Amino acid sequence: MEHYHMNLTLKVWRQKNNKAKGSFETYKVKEISSEMSFLEMFDVLNEQLILEGKSPIAFDHDCREGICGMCSMHINGQVHGPWAQNTTCQLHMRAFKDGDTIVVEPWRSKAFPIVKDLMVNRSAFDRIIEAGGYISVNTGNAVDANAIPIDKKKADDAFMAAACIGCGACVATCINGSAMLFVGAKISQLALLPQGGPERESRALNMVAQMDKEGFGNCTNTYACEAQCPKGISVANIARMNKEYIGAGFATEEN
Amino acid sequence: MGATGLFLITFLIVHAGINSMIFFNDGGETFNHWGHFMGSNFIIRTMEIGLMLFLLLHIVEGLLLWRQNKIARPVKYAVTRTDGKTKWYSKSMGLLGTLILIFLIMHFYHFWIPSRFGGMANIQPLAEITLGQEYNNQPVHNLYKEMQNVFSGNLIVIIFYVLGCISLCWHLMHGFQSAFQTFGVNHKRYTPIIKAVGVLYSVGISLLFASMPVAFYFGWVN
Repeated sequence: MEHYHMNLTLKVWRQKNNKAKGSFETYKVKEISSEMSFLEMFDVLNEQLILEGKSPIAFDHDCREGICGMCSMHINGQVHGPWAQNTTCQLHMRAFKDGDTIVVEPWRSKAFPIVKDLMVNRSAFDRIIEAGGYISVNTGNAVDANAIPIDKKKADDAFMAAACIGCGACVATCINGSAMLFVGAKISQLALLPQGGPERESRALNMVAQMDKEGFGNCTNTYACEAQCPKGISVANIARMNKEYIGAGFATEEN
Repeated sequence: MGATGLFLITFLIVHAGINSMIFFNDGGETFNHWGHFMGSNFIIRTMEIGLMLFLLLHIVEGLLLWRQNKIARPVKYAVTRTDGKTKWYSKSMGLLGTLILIFLIMHFYHFWIPSRFGGMANIQPLAEITLGQEYNNQPVHNLYKEMQNVFSGNLIVIIFYVLGCISLCWHLMHGFQSAFQTFGVNHKRYTPIIKAVGVLYSVGISLLFASMPVAFYFGWVN
């Protein structure tokens, strides 16, 4: 692949803290390599800002290899930038041309309050998991891996749902700010497997209740989440969650 | 939304089916026969109350969704870009619904209110137009004549109705398949079939409805 350098104009959302009023700041970066990742380009910009005596831009990142779900950023109108099934850390600067203007915003959701600049607080997802995204098993000796027979297709579907890294791109891209793809994936990965069976009803009811409590929007089946998910999580998981939820409503007497 | 939507979808089949009787081109005899049945049958009249409640519920649900989803994103993005896969009509259901509501107000004014509450000068008893049918000597609204009156002269009304049908078509294109997803039906084999049936239904029923005012205007039925 051809290696080139580029000069870019960046419009980045700056906001001191959750209460402050934010605004866009314009920055110029020069001689950016096409082989850099998007976050490396931000590292260059931040070093530049530090040298100028300005405050560096706060943004979330951790593994930088596309598996942790920490990086976010709404880049030129798309979560995780222009590449399909890709995280921001895996977005490379060859996606851009010399002279481009790139607008970078934090993820916008009432349930994801801004901490600073491009950093948002995604603890709402943790609280949804705490509400039921687990199985209650007393630990003991490891059981034989083949002790419980599992249908191969279901194991595969559960695995694909479990590929969700909880980054929140689904919420950020949804016109309604709905978290149904995340919750659908987390309910599905357990509902499809025998171990998830005993608590399936209370799990569906409690996780959906927590999701609503956090202030996420409602799903109107536009499927933008699936199109933008870095892990390609299918909206079939949302349907499965709906089925679990409706079933649970009839199956349980309380909750 | 899904439950009320599916109910309204089944209603449209009945509505379009009975209205299609105008295409017998028998001066409205068959159409009026069934129109009278719908207007006088106890079960249908009871269902009509349900229909109105479901329509109202559908609107209220839509408004609640709109409000809650607005609150869920207090600060909008400065730049948004479509992913090329998300359908514009899926994202515009509120707008399309509002257009349909505006259409419905006009539509009710034209047909539903006159036929339910009378008061329109050109409504005549069936006997007077000699359709050969009487129902206990009770005066019956001539709905067919109402259609003729509304649709034969005014081009603006025709355009209004056709635009209403176009809004309905896009609204149904999303609504039909979306209702199944809401009830947890998303299947490798059946979902493509549901989507195809949804498109056929949406386009078919909208074309059928739109053809009625057009047919009256151009005198294809009289």
